Amino acid sequence: MRRAGPALADALVLLALAAYAVPFFWQLLTSLKPEAELLRLPPLLPSRLTLEHYRVVLAQSLIPQALWNSLGIAALTTLLALALGLPAAYALARLAVPGTRALLLVIVASTAFPQIATVSPLYLLLRALALRDTWTGLVLVHASFALPLTIWLLAGFIREIPIETDEAAAVDGAGWLAAVRWVLLPLLAPGLASAALLTFLFSWNEFLFAYTFTASEASRTIPVALALFPGVYEVPWGDIAAASMLASLPPVLIVVGLQRFLVSGLLAGAVKD
Amino acid sequence: MTARPRADRRLGLALLAPTLAALGVLTVFPGVWVLWLSLQHRVPIFGVARFAGLDNYAFLAVDPRFWSAALTTALFTVASVALELALGLGVALALARQRRGRRLALSLLLLAWAMPAVVTAKLFEWLYHPAAGLINVALGGRALNWLGDPRLALAAVVLADVWRAMPFVALLCYARLLAIPAELYEAAQVDGAGRLATLGRITLPLLARILLLALLFRTLAALRAFDIMFVLTGGGPAGATETLTVYAYRSLFQMLQLGFGAALGVVVFVLVMAVAWAYLRLGRAAAPAG
Repeated sequence: MRRAGPALADALVLLALAAYAVPFFWQLLTSLKPEAELLRLPPLLPSRLTLEHYRVVLAQSLIPQALWNSLGIAALTTLLALALGLPAAYALARLAVPGTRALLLVIVASTAFPQIATVSPLYLLLRALALRDTWTGLVLVHASFALPLTIWLLAGFIREIPIETDEAAAVDGAGWLAAVRWVLLPLLAPGLASAALLTFLFSWNEFLFAYTFTASEASRTIPVALALFPGVYEVPWGDIAAASMLASLPPVLIVVGLQRFLVSGLLAGAVKD
Repeated sequence: MTARPRADRRLGLALLAPTLAALGVLTVFPGVWVLWLSLQHRVPIFGVARFAGLDNYAFLAVDPRFWSAALTTALFTVASVALELALGLGVALALARQRRGRRLALSLLLLAWAMPAVVTAKLFEWLYHPAAGLINVALGGRALNWLGDPRLALAAVVLADVWRAMPFVALLCYARLLAIPAELYEAAQVDGAGRLATLGRITLPLLARILLLALLFRTLAALRAFDIMFVLTGGGPAGATETLTVYAYRSLFQMLQLGFGAALGVVVFVLVMAVAWAYLRLGRAAAPAG
């Protein structure tokens, strides 16, 4: 009993969490069910599995283009947010800039900014700049929206690195840029990965801005394409399930493969004050 | 000695400049612009654009649809945040005792959190299908019309949101639990404290701060929530799930009342800031006590 107790408890927790993830697995199963069996329940399990829905979605819908748009926009958003956020975070964490505290407060406050409040002026702004329905428009908006969190995370990660490491490099005669490049950046790599993952996920998942500022397959991202997935006479549940699985692919890969960075980013964003 | 700080300052400002420019143009400027928009009658398709003062806000005060949306927002926020905190705490307590398979456990847990809200909406739309939905079948073949019945729709939306957001609360509490030194529990055991006493006297008080933080994050997120109800129900049936954000969106981009929609957006903004401010006050009041 004493030996079986903990192992049994472990198994039960895993089982409960697997049950929690059933909505996802059910959609996965639906995406593999033959069309004729979709609306028949029970039985729970289909007579056979098919890739037909994936074939339809990949060959006859706008989903592949939307996946490409999402991949490009999320990657560029991440690059831009890091390019702007890393120098800013370094300045806030390491240099005696006047008003650092006030600036950090504004940055924290702006992470709570509701998108619904800025969506209308941003729409007018992007229209005036002829950036509606372009990658550029969405990348700019996503990057600026993600920027406060990126800076917050990176400034926290930089503070965790003892300032003596920078100073030691400076004593050795390296300029500050060399010290940053060869001493700070390698130590910061896991933190950079966390910030990059969270920014990428934000942009990949974001719906309100993407839905409002896009108008065609030129820039529609995957959440938008999924929300607008067309049905002619009836809802194509199998195709929608397949498209949902494709839309969840990067998030699932991140959760399973890069969990360490994701978790440390989430905790750093929340717990530091 | 004085040259170094001055050089630091110049470098610091140079490094901050691009960020300040980006945030200025794409966050602060729109934030001010939306205030200005909310003071106008602006209907682009009819070429209407004139100053209206506080007309839009005066209309909101007597608009039954606004008050109904405000009530829906409040119900949605209270119900989903309460469930997320209670469930998240439970899951964290179970996870903290986990010896093996923690990575797998976290993967299963965070799956729901990581995917786009639009996917969550599609997952639940299918689960709620009146004839072929897993939920009705699990309830013994009932034919409940979850998304079509005004009495059920809000609960259905809350459930989908809880599924998606609870893992975040669980993760925060779980990380805090792992940081509690084992000696504390051992000491409690030596003192003969039972499981319930340990939970009530040691675990929960140590979790209080993180729970309060989770409460803040989740309340702010629930007030701003949009994707899940917009995609799952579109605010329907009969406005049963129309929150302030959905009403604002419809006013802006479906009725094309830019000024009125902007005023609704400002209301959401003020609500969010008020909650954050109240939290900071609460945190300061609680701080001396521990």
